[in-house]
Order: sequence, then structure tokens, then C-alpha cells
Amino acid sequence: MTVTSLGVPRRLLDLTLDGEPVRAPEGTTLLDACRAAGKDLPALCHVDARTPASACRLCVVEVAGSRALVAACSREAEPGMDVRTDTERTRHSRRIVLELLASSVDLSTTPGIAEWIEEYGARPDRFGTDAARLEREPIIDNGLLVREDGKCLRCGQCVRACGGQGQHTFALSVSGRGFGSRVGVEYDAPLTDSACVFCGDCVDVCPTGALSVRSEFDLRTAGTWDEPAQAVTTTVCGHCGVGCELTLHVQDNEIVKVTSPPDSPVAHGNLCIKGRFGHQYIQNRD
Amino acid sequence: MNRDARGGNPRLTHPLVRDGRDEPLRRASWDEALDRAARGLRRGRGAFGMLACARATNETNYLAQKFARVVMGTNNVDSVDRRSHAASVAGLAAVFGSGGGTSSYGEVEHTDVVVMWGSNARVAHPVFFQRVLKGVHGGARLYAVDPRRASTAEWAEGWLGLNVGTDIALAHAIGREIIQAGLANEAFVERATSGFEEYRALVEPWTLSLAQKVTGVPAPAIRELAHAYARAERAQICWTLGVTDHHNGTAVVRALIDLALLTGHVGREGSGLQPLCGRNNVQGAVDMGAVPHRLPGFQDVLDPDARLRFESAWDTALPPHYGLNLAEMFEEMETGGVRAVHCLGENPAPSEARRLKALDFLVVQDMFRTSTAELADVVLPATAGWAESEGTTTNSERRVQRVRKAVEPPGEARDDIDILCDLARRLGHPWEYAGAEAVWNEVRSVSPDHYGMTYRRLEAEKGLQWPCPTTDTVEPPYLHGRLWADDPALRGRRAPFGLVRHVPPVDLTDERFPIRLTTGRRLDSSNSAGQQGGSPRRGEFVELCPEDAERYGVVVGEKVQITSRHGSVVVSVWIDTALRPGLAFTTLRLPDHNDTDQPTSAARCPIAGTAEYKATAIRIDKLPLVTYVG
Repeated sequence: MTVTSLGVPRRLLDLTLDGEPVRAPEGTTLLDACRAAGKDLPALCHVDARTPASACRLCVVEVAGSRALVAACSREAEPGMDVRTDTERTRHSRRIVLELLASSVDLSTTPGIAEWIEEYGARPDRFGTDAARLEREPIIDNGLLVREDGKCLRCGQCVRACGGQGQHTFALSVSGRGFGSRVGVEYDAPLTDSACVFCGDCVDVCPTGALSVRSEFDLRTAGTWDEPAQAVTTTVCGHCGVGCELTLHVQDNEIVKVTSPPDSPVAHGNLCIKGRFGHQYIQNRD
Repeated sequence: MNRDARGGNPRLTHPLVRDGRDEPLRRASWDEALDRAARGLRRGRGAFGMLACARATNETNYLAQKFARVVMGTNNVDSVDRRSHAASVAGLAAVFGSGGGTSSYGEVEHTDVVVMWGSNARVAHPVFFQRVLKGVHGGARLYAVDPRRASTAEWAEGWLGLNVGTDIALAHAIGREIIQAGLANEAFVERATSGFEEYRALVEPWTLSLAQKVTGVPAPAIRELAHAYARAERAQICWTLGVTDHHNGTAVVRALIDLALLTGHVGREGSGLQPLCGRNNVQGAVDMGAVPHRLPGFQDVLDPDARLRFESAWDTALPPHYGLNLAEMFEEMETGGVRAVHCLGENPAPSEARRLKALDFLVVQDMFRTSTAELADVVLPATAGWAESEGTTTNSERRVQRVRKAVEPPGEARDDIDILCDLARRLGHPWEYAGAEAVWNEVRSVSPDHYGMTYRRLEAEKGLQWPCPTTDTVEPPYLHGRLWADDPALRGRRAPFGLVRHVPPVDLTDERFPIRLTTGRRLDSSNSAGQQGGSPRRGEFVELCPEDAERYGVVVGEKVQITSRHGSVVVSVWIDTALRPGLAFTTLRLPDHNDTDQPTSAARCPIAGTAEYKATAIRIDKLPLVTYVG
């Protein structure tokens, strides 16, 4: 018996993107449809294979008939939709969003942000230095994970990854309201005293580097983090029989970071402490 | 540095040799070390054993067993990690003909009942358990069968906290209840199984009340699990070392398989049996034939067709009998039946040092200077399979995935494949492989189940599950669909019920040893001496329930002596409410941190040779107060 499970068949929908007809499978988001058509939209809080957070509002597009701008990351494509990705209104909105975000949050470790700021002509400094959120020191209370609240967008992806969408540990949550809201653990305890299981899945979904692994943080602090020089290799974890795929980031023949490919059929972008951090033992080379 | 920690030890960076029994290991060139290894092994021909490695790649395991069979002319090849998975393989192979889990991870997300039996997957296999939780969110009912009310049980609808070592009694009681309630899948039993009448007679005495007495699980809970499992449209039983690490591990596995046969929960999408391996390539080591009774691809050593295929492919004559398994090899080391051993990436010394010392010649091929390496005549520095070499590994859902070289190995360390080929060449077998892919292509040519898995396909499809007999199709994710075929010819061999009896643990508790010590994993520990560098939280402890702690007057962090009939060890106390009076817990054999191996029971499963790690009778003694002066 040779049967391949194909899942539920998906229709192809016809819609127009910036006046050009495109076809997208039923259930895809406008962001996916745009990317499939070769139009990349700026998006911060979007993480592949995760439920959209719709928080950063950078990917907004105009949809004919819709009064407000819609977030392309969460809006599903519908037949006959007329979508405009690059209008005066979307550009203006993105520029303001970039200015608001970049003036209040430390985006120094956010990939792509400098290019977008230039592309949209954003001037984050026009709100003055007072706009910046009160700088908090990085929280280094363990040897594996570092939290930097000053870089946090409050998009909530880490909270979902820690909770019902992946880990089911529910250590991270958003506390406080408005400007006082922040991501933390119960009673604001050190991570080692919290429910945290150190899987590091929150690091993989964090768009700004507010959550990072200690090895990366230390190299960045020392000024020796050199991402372009890093080799990236996908392999399989050596710890248990589940067989999660790992992406090893190697700089100067040292594993400096481990991430989980989101399209892995085994792990779906999740890992545990052993896969994420259990590689030091092969590097004892003195 | 005579330490054993994979965590703290520096890597081996150059070959080591020993000039005489009592000489220390000294640095040597590769040529000298390999020449010596070849000389020693040549002398040991006829009394050779290969210890393969469940952490090494499929390609390395394939060459390791080929080395034993072709170069050394013996089927004496086995893996030290048999203890974690051999019972599952033996049980599944006896019933269905192939020793792999019958389901895939994806199915657990779309099933109706999941029974986690002897498996604290929440911490031992966290990423798999996330998929179980997806199933639970989709409406699946989860039951945990575990002496400890561990974190897996926190997610379950029902927790069956059985007494350690009473799994068969519980399984039989569930089977009897299913039969009595008329919930057996009679059509399936009739068409696809054999031995049902004997099974019915076997489980007949196991009434719910007797089971309650023996297992300690309340009768209504047993009844609920029996009915939930039997009534489910689709159901899965998943197990880990809690089932297999018993002196009768294979029998426990058979008792669980019986439940699947009884209800027809096998061979269909969403219904199946899913053992989870403790090491990354336990499944692959078995698949590649690094076991004494099977050639690569689960082909029996005694099957004339398979023998013919391998003898012509390898241009050799294979020994016409099964080899020694791990336990037998260690026994033969004492009696002289095994004189020379090649130990690849494993460290049996902490429990078998005496027997290893009795060998004439020991080659160790490892990343670290382990305590086994300290006993070796030649030590060959190797690479980390998953990050320093190319190849494939096979996970618990039979998925073969590519591992890739990401970092250069330290010093002169060399790839396992190169080392084995170099050694084979010195012993008169001109092995030449252009790399891991060439080895894999040879595997494909001799194992029909792996034929369709080219490296290119493995890359494109992100791993493929065996069986994969063709290069352009994908088989269903579950095994043994044939059992449901209408045509009796397609249905093939009937799956036999396992007629196994409940035997209490060998090591009984009594007044002198009143506490049952069981073992397992913690999230941030991995067995064989924590492979990772430093847990963010705490080290190794013996865990007690609060009642026992109070009874013995001990507090968290206090060092106590635990003593069994086999030995004693000093370890700190931790208190865990998952335990109940009379039950203690510690993490698996961590010889460097503590000597849990010492006090555990030495009984072994007679079929698979797995060791009894889960049921040791111990007592706990407070240490005398010591006052240090000066």
C-alpha cells in the first residue's frame, strides 16, 4: 500500500496585488501571498510557522473596500481581493510606526531595521531623547538566557512560544498596563527560580534580540559577534531519540548559537534545553 | 585525568597507546596507533567483540558491524545502549517482524487516546511531548502510567501510579477488563492475530481487585483506562525506559503490544505503538545491523536469502549463527570467549571495569578520554557524530535525517568512517569510501527498506521514514497496515499475542531495604554523565517524598548514604512531591556525579539483555556527624 497523506486539498484563490493578478492557496495570509509574488513587506513581529501577533503594524497594506489599513501577516487572502502594498498611505503609516518604535525601543540588534528606516525616510530622533523608554540593564541571572527589556517590542511572540503555542510552560507573560507593561516571569523572579525550562524557544521568535542566548550576548558585548562570518549548518540533535533538527551557527569553529528550523517536520521550530544549549561538551578543546 | 565526565573533560586530540600492561598511555602517531590496533585485533580474531555506538551515525554503525562481520568474521556486535531500546525492538520484532515504532509523531496530534506508559516525556522527550499536548488540545485524552506523579501526569486526564515493576499485572488487568466488557476488536483479533485464546486464559485471573492489590492502582482507574483505550477510534501507547529498563523489559513490551492487538490499535493512522529512544541513533544502530542477530535492514542472520545477498555484496562468508549480545560478551570476557574488543564511542567501564581489564586487547575510539579509554591498549580520537561529521541518524519515528559537519574536530581527531576504513585496510580489506554518502549508498544497495533514501531526497524531504523501498514514493507514516488487508495473503503473518507472566522485581524490598529506588531523567540531565555543560539549576540528588524525608529526619541538601544489596553511595537529598512513601528517585547512571550504577540491581532481561535500572531496593542512612578540626 503506497499512500501519501496530502492533507485537505486547498483551492487556489485569484486576487490582485498592486494591480497584478496572482493566485494564492486558500488559507495563506496576504504577507505570504506578497512574498510568494516577490514583494517583501517590512514585518517585525512575524515569525514563520507561528500564529501572527499582528503587533508591530509594519506590514500594513490597503485592501479595497476596507476603511482601515490591514495587517498583511494576519489577514487571510480572499478571492477577488484588491491589495495595494505600496501606497502613500501605507508608506506614511510604516514611517510613523518605524519612528515610534525606533524612538522608544533599542533596535540595535534588530535585523533589517536600518534598511527600512532609510527606505521609508523615518526620523526616530524627531521625538527627542525623552521618547526612549527608561533604559533597563540587561537581566543576566543565569548562564544561558539574557533578557533586555529595553529592546522589547511587547509583541508577545515569546509569551506564545513559552505558552500554548509550543512549550506549554507558561513561564513568560506580559504584566502591567500601557507604558508599564513588560514581559517577565512570575513575581519578577530570576529565571532560575521561575517556571522557565530554558528551552530557548523564546529567543528564536524574538524579532529584536530582546531575548538572546548568553553566548551571543557575551560576544556582542565583547564586540566580536560577527554574523556575516558565521557558517550556518543544519544537523540533527545528538541528545535523545526524538531527532530534532538543529541549525548550528558557527564562528571561528565554535558553536555560538543554536536555532531550530521552523519547517522541520519533527520539531516544528521548537527545542529543549539539551538541544539548544547542550553542545558545550564537544568544545572542550584545551 | 582519570575522570569520566563528558561535560568537563577535554576532548581527545591525538592517538594514545600503551607500551605494556602497567605502562601509562602515551601519545602516538596515527600510523603507530593504527598498526598496533591492527596487530592486536589480528591476534584476537576468533574471540572478538565490537561495541558500536547509539550516538554515532548510521554510516559509522554500518561500517562497525561490517568490520565485525567481514574483517573479524564474527556476529559479535552490539551497542551499549541496548538497555534503552533493545526490549522495544525485541518485542516489536517478535510480533510484527520489524523492530520500529509503528506510528509517527504527527499521528499523536490526531488521535483520541494517548497512554504514556513508563515515560516522563515531558522532561525526557520534551519536543515530542509538545506534540502530544497538541493532540490533547485537539481533544485527545491523555493517561500517564508511572510510579511517579511526574510532570507528564500533570497534563493527563488520569494518572495510574503503579508500584514499580507491576506493569505486566496492570496490562493484563486492562486486557481482561477489555475482554470482559466485550470491547475487544473481535474481527481484528480473528483475522490478524494468533494466540488469543491462550491470552484470554492468561489474563483471566487478573481481576480489577487483584490488580489493585498488586499494582496499587485503584480498580476504577484501571477500568477507566481500559474502557477509554478500547472504545477510542484511534489510540496510541507510548513508552520509554520505564517499560524497558526492567529485568523482564521485553515481556513488559509484549504485554503492552497485546493491548494494541486486542483492540486493533495498530496499523492504522493514529493508532499505534510508539517507543521513544533515549539516544539519538539507537534506532539507527539496530537498523544498520549493529546487533548480533540482524544484518542491516532488519534481515535475519539465519535467513538464507539475506545471507546470500550480503555474502555476495561483501564478498565474504558470514558466520552461520547469531553473535553474542552485549551481556553475553561481557560474560565471555571472563571466561575467555571474548579476548579483543573494539569499543566505539561508548563507556561501559563504570559498570564493567573488572571484565574489561581481563581482556587481552582493547581499542577505544571515542571523543573523550573516558574511564574505558583509561583501560585501553590503543585510544583513537574520534569526532562528534552530530556536529563534526557527515552522515545520517534515525529517530524514534524511523525517520532518517542528515547530520552535517559544522565544526572541525580538535587536534588530530578523525572521522569514525576514516578510522574504521584505515583499520580494515591494515587487516587486509582494502575498504575505500569516498565519504559518508558512499557508505550510505552501500547501505541502500543491501537494505531494501532504505533503498529509496538518497542523500538528495533526504535533503529535499527533510528526512524520510523507513520503509522506503523506492526512490519516488513515500510509504504511509504508520507500519503494518497489512494487518487490515482483506486478502489473507496480503495480511501476511499473524501477529502473535505475547504470553508473558507478571514477575515481581528481582530485588525485593524488605525490612533492611524498605525503599524502592527508581531512575529516570531530569530535563537538564542526559544519561551517561550529562553531555551538556552545566545545568542552570542543580546537580544530582536522591529524591524522596516529604513523608519519607520526615521519617528519616533528612532535609533538602543533606548528604545521606543509600545502600542496596549491591553497594552504597553518598548523595544529597531532594524532596519531590511527585513521589510517595517508599519510593525514591534518582537520575540515570551518572558515574561521575555519583555512583547510582553501583547500587542498582544487576539483573538483566533474558531476551534483550537490558539491565534492571528501574527497581532497586535500598535503605537510607543519615551520615554520622563529622567535626573537622583545623
